[in-house]
Amino acid sequence: MKHTLSVLVENKPGALMRIASMFARRGYNIDSLAVGPTERHDVSRVTLRVDCDQHPLEQIEKQMHKLVNVLRVAELEPGESVERELALIKVSAPPARRGELLALAEVFHARVADLGPEAMVFEVVGTPEEIDSFEELVRPHGVKELVRTGRIGLTRASDRQGIKRRQHVLR
Amino acid sequence: MNGADAVLRSLEAEGVEVVFGIPGGAVLPLYDAMARGTSIRHVLARHEQGAGHMAEGYARASGRVGVAVATSGPGATNLVTPIADAWMDSTPLVCITGQVRTHLIGTDAFQECDIVGVTIPIVKHSWLVQDVEEIPHVLKAAFHVARTGRCGPVLVDIPRDVQEAEIEFAYPQEPDLPGWRPPRRVHPRQVAAAAEALSRAEKPVLYVGGGVLNADACAELLELAETARAPVVTTLMAKGAFPETHELFFGWPGMHGPKWSNWAMNTCDLLVAVGARFDDRVTGRLSAFAPGATVIHLDIDSAEIGKLRAVDIPVVGPLRDVLAGLAAELRARGDEPRTDGWLRQLEAWRDEFPLRYTRNGDLKPQTVLETLRDLTAGRDDVVWTTGVGQHQMWAMQYLVCDRPRSFITSGGLGTMGYGLPAAVGAKAARPDATVVCVDGDGCFQMTCQELATAVLEDLPIVVVIVNNGYLGMVQQWQNMFFDDRLSHVHLTHQVPDYAMLAEAYGAAGFTVSTEDELEAALAEALSLGRTAVVDCRVDAREQCFPMIPAGAAAMELIEFEEAEEVA
Repeated sequence: MKHTLSVLVENKPGALMRIASMFARRGYNIDSLAVGPTERHDVSRVTLRVDCDQHPLEQIEKQMHKLVNVLRVAELEPGESVERELALIKVSAPPARRGELLALAEVFHARVADLGPEAMVFEVVGTPEEIDSFEELVRPHGVKELVRTGRIGLTRASDRQGIKRRQHVLR
Repeated sequence: MNGADAVLRSLEAEGVEVVFGIPGGAVLPLYDAMARGTSIRHVLARHEQGAGHMAEGYARASGRVGVAVATSGPGATNLVTPIADAWMDSTPLVCITGQVRTHLIGTDAFQECDIVGVTIPIVKHSWLVQDVEEIPHVLKAAFHVARTGRCGPVLVDIPRDVQEAEIEFAYPQEPDLPGWRPPRRVHPRQVAAAAEALSRAEKPVLYVGGGVLNADACAELLELAETARAPVVTTLMAKGAFPETHELFFGWPGMHGPKWSNWAMNTCDLLVAVGARFDDRVTGRLSAFAPGATVIHLDIDSAEIGKLRAVDIPVVGPLRDVLAGLAAELRARGDEPRTDGWLRQLEAWRDEFPLRYTRNGDLKPQTVLETLRDLTAGRDDVVWTTGVGQHQMWAMQYLVCDRPRSFITSGGLGTMGYGLPAAVGAKAARPDATVVCVDGDGCFQMTCQELATAVLEDLPIVVVIVNNGYLGMVQQWQNMFFDDRLSHVHLTHQVPDYAMLAEAYGAAGFTVSTEDELEAALAEALSLGRTAVVDCRVDAREQCFPMIPAGAAAMELIEFEEAEEVA
């Protein structure tokens, strides 16, 4: 079972290393990790995707809470949060195939970030699942290189804090 | 003043009385500040590992934060073992290391080591101080983190130029730690649930770990045990947290615990873990551990709840409040404890399965411990330390500790060589006490250079070497699980001559080879008032029983007699 954790950390040297080290030491795997600034200059947000059961997830959350630089740990519940990811995908695109690729791109609102004689780079933003779908569809055309940012997320604008977990259980 | 002065003024503001360390290039400014004047005593160790273990011994004997100082590079890396030890045993420790000048960091400069990076997995937190203005704030935070929540080690790495920079010193009142919020309160509903389970239990056991000592909650523990009439077992880390002469005391659980203690733990209907962490050396095979028990877990660290064993009633919070709240709740309920039958059962098991060994004319290690026990009976001023191995397990089994912080040992990390420097540190904390290190010959040789520290710093300790001429515990495992193919474990009884070595360091040396010589030598060493080493040359192949083989269920423990039959 995959889970997305949203972690607010003090913007201090080594904060990310401490989180990564805790995962490595305790034997947890990180699927993806994205880190960046927040609305506060002294706080960064780390979004982690982990693949584990509920019990180890609780352990991870509690171990992370004990890190001095960690301010808050919350799980982003599917349905109660907005999750996005950005991917850059370099696809083989001889002139004859461009039309088909551009049609695909339009469906996924992917932008052409760069175009060369034999390849093009798509920039696609969406839920990680949408990006998975787009990737799968362009793959037969020949994916030369691909990079994804790892997912980032926030709780929904309509979310009232503190009750989201219980609601999720009822679903 | 400069940054180094600011470090000392910060330590003074924290009430630090003594630090343990060794100078070197990257801490020259700090040592110069010491030379210019401070109220803090500096104990000069002979190896940074010794300094670290001394700081640990000091912390465990006093309940205060231990402080160790080392230079950059090798000085700092020599502290890694004590830091890991303090991490595993939750000992509050502040390690201050020098670092190369900031402009040299990252250049592989002389004696440069990224000690913050090296120690990240084994510290609660660490700081590389980049600006002299940070020094008071970092030290305030360092002491606060080390001793609040679950205790443990922190590291402060200070580059030499930061120590030399000028600062206007002001020590902050409060630490600036927005992300550090250990539990301060106890959930009353959880306490009530625990009290109800405890009052209903017919076969409860209080499984007490080192957290009770760190929380200074031994009086509250005693009150709870007496209110609930619940038997108490203490882990190796908690030996002495509950008076061992008390009628409710039933020994120590785990790999070399007596049968009655392990049977109590594993057949109880309610297991109350108090500041304990279900270590594999305690539980044996986890899936077979205390199979019929409802589990209450009382701990300051919520991450320990359910880490290894599923918990029915968790109570997270400071153990003093938790234990006092639980006792108060029990009294308010007013139920009559229903544990009489259970206590009689445990007493019967204790009578039926006492610790045993054969006296055959050779000097037996158990006899050494029994003699030490008898020579110190009734005294409340003895602090024991140990190394790690067979002698440590015999010390657990045979010494009687009625007072908190009177038994100091390396539990989680199992650090050979811990005992002697820890004794020096304990003596610094308790100058009034008679500090006795029960050591193995293997352990002793790992840190015996600190005899110089004990002698020259006027911190007299008594070291009793249970000298079997072997790395005894490894020998025992090779004997039991590798068909007695002894592989590189023979140290010999004679080399070094420990009594001569002691005398070379200016300590008193005794050699004991027979039972007849034992009592007089130990009694004299204990009464000398100066550092003494008693080399007790014991039966080389005496094995330590009972024993739960690694990975076996606790109920499958091997007793002394059975092992003899196999042999």
